[in-house]
Amino acid sequence: MLDQLINLWPELNKSFIETLIMVSIGLVVALIAGLPLGLLLFVTEKDLFLENKWIKSVTGVIVNLVRSVPFIILLVFLFPFTNLLLGTTTGPVAASVSLSVAAIPFYARIVESSARDIDRGVIEAAIACGASPWLIIKDIIFPEIKSGLISGLTITAISLIGYSAMAGAIGGGGIGDLAIRYGYYRYDNFVMFTTVILLIVMVQVVQYIGDLAAKSVKKG
Amino acid sequence: MISIEKLSKIYTSKEGTVIGVNDVSLDIKQGEIFGVVGYSGAGKSTLIRCMNILERPTSGKVMMDGIDLMSLSSKELRKARQSIGMIFQGFHLAMSKTVVENVSFALKAAGVGRVERKKRAEKLLDLVGLSDKANQFPAQLSGGQKQRVSIARALANNPKVLLCDEATSALDPHTTQSILKLLKKINSELGLTIVLITHEMEVVKEICDRCAVMEEGRVVEEGNTYDIFAAPKNDLTKRFIQTVIDFTIPEVLFDKSEGTIVHLKFTGETAGEAIVSDLLQHHKVRGNILHGKVDYIQNQALGTFVMELTGEAKEVRGALNSLRSTLGDVEVLKNARSIDQSMARAE
Repeated sequence: MLDQLINLWPELNKSFIETLIMVSIGLVVALIAGLPLGLLLFVTEKDLFLENKWIKSVTGVIVNLVRSVPFIILLVFLFPFTNLLLGTTTGPVAASVSLSVAAIPFYARIVESSARDIDRGVIEAAIACGASPWLIIKDIIFPEIKSGLISGLTITAISLIGYSAMAGAIGGGGIGDLAIRYGYYRYDNFVMFTTVILLIVMVQVVQYIGDLAAKSVKKG
Repeated sequence: MISIEKLSKIYTSKEGTVIGVNDVSLDIKQGEIFGVVGYSGAGKSTLIRCMNILERPTSGKVMMDGIDLMSLSSKELRKARQSIGMIFQGFHLAMSKTVVENVSFALKAAGVGRVERKKRAEKLLDLVGLSDKANQFPAQLSGGQKQRVSIARALANNPKVLLCDEATSALDPHTTQSILKLLKKINSELGLTIVLITHEMEVVKEICDRCAVMEEGRVVEEGNTYDIFAAPKNDLTKRFIQTVIDFTIPEVLFDKSEGTIVHLKFTGETAGEAIVSDLLQHHKVRGNILHGKVDYIQNQALGTFVMELTGEAKEVRGALNSLRSTLGDVEVLKNARSIDQSMARAE
């Protein structure tokens, strides 16, 4: 068994790095684009300080649109776009394009729902202080939901690990790809179990780190 | 200071329209404590929220220190709101900020620099008596302490007006007293105009110079707090006052009584005079006090007594007449049997 593992090691290592690349890029994009999008969805809500029915419903529809397409179909659907962007549709970076597209609305909804948990009165008190919308977002909403944002990022990361397996299967590489190529197509149970165990460990580690980080920023 | 003209707020939804505030006009003077009382749903909360345009009135005018708040752009309105402090029933403190950070937020909103913010926030916490809690989080504080923090936050930018939206309704009576004392202190030391809304007449009695009573979106009675307590006109006002000054005589006692039962109210000047003892000296009647209390409203005495007068019908009538001449209105709750009989004979 040890021999098998040694044989598999280089491939396993490469797959692991590929998965890491895909998930990390997806996460970074989710944070950069999904966070503002989620906040936008929240502050344009009815009775909030930037209430805007149009922006709210248009963004809402777009977010739902992307979220309702099954990931495997989104992946194929975005091939032309990925090709245009990177000149290729294979490899972990190419796969991370569709992972990012899926992650943005996913994270945006998480951001929105954690912002909804804020006591509206706190926002109202800030308005009564004469604070500008930007100051309210930066100084009231953001600190109040910081811990929720990190938990949300953990959830997104774990979903992305799952999605990356699908992306891997159609040319993205990564652990999922390894599992399918060896474990599924070649009936190699050893590879199958090894990759599954690796995925389990990854998810546990991400969850653990995420919980720790969420707890450490929680104040009050 | 605050002048509200024909203000109405109407909520329109699919289910129909709901009138929150209906054609209210009020004039609140510089430096006074003005109370608005009413049951929940009377529109008082909507009214106070219109005073800093947290809710935009459907029609009417809100003039704050000569500025028409409804005509301001959102930027100008933010600036104007910095001179209108507001505190709430639920305190509304940011839970992830420490006490001092909550106070400095208001200063930050006004563009005050970091060093100055720290200095002012400390001074404000000192004013509300919470200097030792500066670095704690709201969750670690009691209700009264939280309200003190929110008062400090509301006062951060030296406002001219403080709006209190049911500020003591979530507090126990003891804490309510201490918050009211603090408000009173702020009012006299800083010359701040305070508007407070409440459903507790006790609060009005305690600190308000003037008050208005609201029902179904309208102001049904308005005036000097003392006058309102001494001579309420509206039924609702009477009911509210009864929650503070109640003189219901037990029915058994009422039925058993042989004499004439009168309800006497001593206001202003007359409250200090020895009217009852004079009465008993000049007329051959016996007076028996069934109920009585002297309240002090704005440092003026308001005495209310329920007395049973017994004696010959002629003497009792004479006593009543002299009471009427000194006190004005004297309410006779029950005539003695002897008087009933003598009146029947006269007819």
